[in-house]
Amino acid sequence: MVARARQERDGSRAKLLLFGLTGLAFWAAVFGVAFRVLRYIHRVADIGDLLAGKVLGVILLAFLSILLLSNIITALSTFFLAKDLDLLVAAPIGWFRFYLAKLGETVVHSSWMVALLALPILTAYGMVYSGGVLFPFVAVAALAPFLLLPAVVGTIFTLLLVNVFPARRTRELLGLAGLATVAMAVMVLRVMRPEQLARPEGFRDFVEYLAVLRTPTSPLLPSEWAAEMIMNWLLRVADPWPIVRLWGAALVAVTIGALVHRRLFYLGYSKAQEGAKRKVRRPLRGPLAWCLQAVAPSQREFILKDLRLFFRDNTQWSQLILLAVLLMIYIFNIKTLPIHSGERIPFSLVTIISFLNMGLAGFVLAAVAARFIFPAISLEGRQMWLLRSSPLDPVAMLWSKYWMGAAPLLVLALAITVLTNWLLQVSEFMMAVSVITIALYTLAVSSLALTFGIFYPQFGSENAAQIPTSFGGVVYMMASLSLLAAVIMIEAFPVTTYLRASHRGVPMGPTPELLLTGGAVLALLSAATIIPLRLSARRIEQMEA
Amino acid sequence: MIQLTDLTKRYGKFTAVDGINLQVPRGELFGLLGPNGAGKTTTLRMIAGILRPSSGSVLVCGTDMRKSALQAKARLGYIPDRPFVYDKLTGGEFLRFTAALYGQEGPAVERRMDELLELFDLTPWKHELTESYSHGMRQKLIISGALVHRPDVIVVDEPMVGLDPRSARLLKDLFRSFVDRGGTILMSTHTLEVAEVMCDRIAIVYRGKIAAQGTMAEMRQQTASGELSLEDLFLKLTGGLRERQLDSVLGL
Repeated sequence: MVARARQERDGSRAKLLLFGLTGLAFWAAVFGVAFRVLRYIHRVADIGDLLAGKVLGVILLAFLSILLLSNIITALSTFFLAKDLDLLVAAPIGWFRFYLAKLGETVVHSSWMVALLALPILTAYGMVYSGGVLFPFVAVAALAPFLLLPAVVGTIFTLLLVNVFPARRTRELLGLAGLATVAMAVMVLRVMRPEQLARPEGFRDFVEYLAVLRTPTSPLLPSEWAAEMIMNWLLRVADPWPIVRLWGAALVAVTIGALVHRRLFYLGYSKAQEGAKRKVRRPLRGPLAWCLQAVAPSQREFILKDLRLFFRDNTQWSQLILLAVLLMIYIFNIKTLPIHSGERIPFSLVTIISFLNMGLAGFVLAAVAARFIFPAISLEGRQMWLLRSSPLDPVAMLWSKYWMGAAPLLVLALAITVLTNWLLQVSEFMMAVSVITIALYTLAVSSLALTFGIFYPQFGSENAAQIPTSFGGVVYMMASLSLLAAVIMIEAFPVTTYLRASHRGVPMGPTPELLLTGGAVLALLSAATIIPLRLSARRIEQMEA
Repeated sequence: MIQLTDLTKRYGKFTAVDGINLQVPRGELFGLLGPNGAGKTTTLRMIAGILRPSSGSVLVCGTDMRKSALQAKARLGYIPDRPFVYDKLTGGEFLRFTAALYGQEGPAVERRMDELLELFDLTPWKHELTESYSHGMRQKLIISGALVHRPDVIVVDEPMVGLDPRSARLLKDLFRSFVDRGGTILMSTHTLEVAEVMCDRIAIVYRGKIAAQGTMAEMRQQTASGELSLEDLFLKLTGGLRERQLDSVLGL
């Protein structure tokens, strides 16, 4: 066990390095975009500074809403579900010290991602506005209470909820409510078509535009105070009020939070220990079991088991809501493209958009496979002892997992490809290229997702939604997107040949070059399907639980 | 029924199990004792086909676990030390799934499931998700799972942990009746009284090797231990705490 742990530690260094490099690249990209946009805004006469402050306020407001949701969910874990709680509650630790320690843990767990994202953005502000050497301290002084406030609100809200519902049921409710809120917000935002707001003719005159800029977006929220505090420093404005509001509110909030904790924590903690008894109303047998009658009992029950686990676990099926919303937005975007709105659009443009749409669909499918197929083996987790000690053929288990993921993904892939191509009114040639490519690519990404999931399992993870963000998940996404890029690059040749032929009005025949590129795509995607599955079969037979 | 030959498991440079040779015939309840980290669980997991031995072989009912794993596993029921089950399945579904893994289904299996659930007082919980089960209930469920397909051999790791006295007694009687009917059980335990009362023969594993094995009388003879109890014999073979160390820990 010790030697195995040491081996794993060596491997984790390489993972850390790769994660570090990926993070650095992402950080640099965010910084680059923020810096360019800010430099442009800064140069806009009269309203540049106002616009920069407004943008910062909106960014921090977005962060605040994410933080509120994330803090409620995190506080539930740190205050009521964490494994160290039995030890800490039994230890002679004062209630206030306990509260501060757990609050600190909540802030760190819920806010590190937001803090990391804020870093390049604030760095860009500091550089564009020449914030000076003291600017990082000002930024930290503004961010600290800004991160603390939603954490306190989250802990208070969680304390109240746990005193009403059982802790585990509260987590499920919160997860669902959070997801539904995000999905609805994204949907509403997209259907509002915000791109229309960027049109200057949307405002009656400049004064109205300026009035909108001068009005604080949300004067009673800490995001506005933090934005004001930072912008005051950058614009050399001596106004202590944002600092007083921000720090004063943080102090008051922590005090109220501590008092609520003192009064309600032990009651809620006792309640959280009670299990929520759940009877199953829909055992998922009958018609489905009848459909699978031809399958061997072990594989049939295995498939039924996977379906039961999926539909009974809110953290899993609820992701379908988000997926549905994202797909609706994707189709909405294609539908609202101004290419068939009356004026004559060149045939070549439609073909190019359809070709690029294939890439976009491929990306969506790779992401869906990461979310639903990559965790398939990891989710067996601690129950792997049962499968490995039973006479279930590991290769049969692999095929079951593969088709359980690939079949619905294939239906989804064909549906979105045919629908979006129909909306784009593409030619038969492009329809055929897209459908065949996407079908083959779907089989390949399903294979890749399952394989990377087998080679990088996360048996300890209790939340299926967190598994794709692991090292293996990131490597899988890189591999599947590289495959997509390779396919697109190869297929660019027949598509341009087709465009040239159409331009000249010459019918395109099956030239050797076209057959060669078609064969190359077929070979590449077949290899990307078969080789990983073979490696998986070998690996799963040797897998130790 | 179970035959281990030079069974070894290495993790890098660390050897967890070091050339164990053991034979457990039909109709015997064999106990594996040893301190924490001695290699008992690793040995049992290799017999169950969960871990692959670095070298050596495991035969279950004459079938080689490496060469014909599926046939060997079909004869075996494994009960792990920690009762991890699928939280989102009911007790009944878990047992049905376990039986199906062994290729069994139909009314006979349903009857068998009901018998086992009744035996372990789990009938009222049959349609409840296992996430609401206590540790002991989960333990009883996985014991039922190991018995549902009527195995010839049971490999069980720390069976008494988490069981109430009534269930522990029930399990003792169940195991005894299983071996009396010709079944074979290989059991690891820390509870020396349980081993002394239940097991026909015992092996003490220490640092991946078998330090002594046989009946109590044979082991006393092997180690020239006179009339020592199993506890004293165990401490003699595995090294107990010295009085000086206890004094320093307790601050006396």
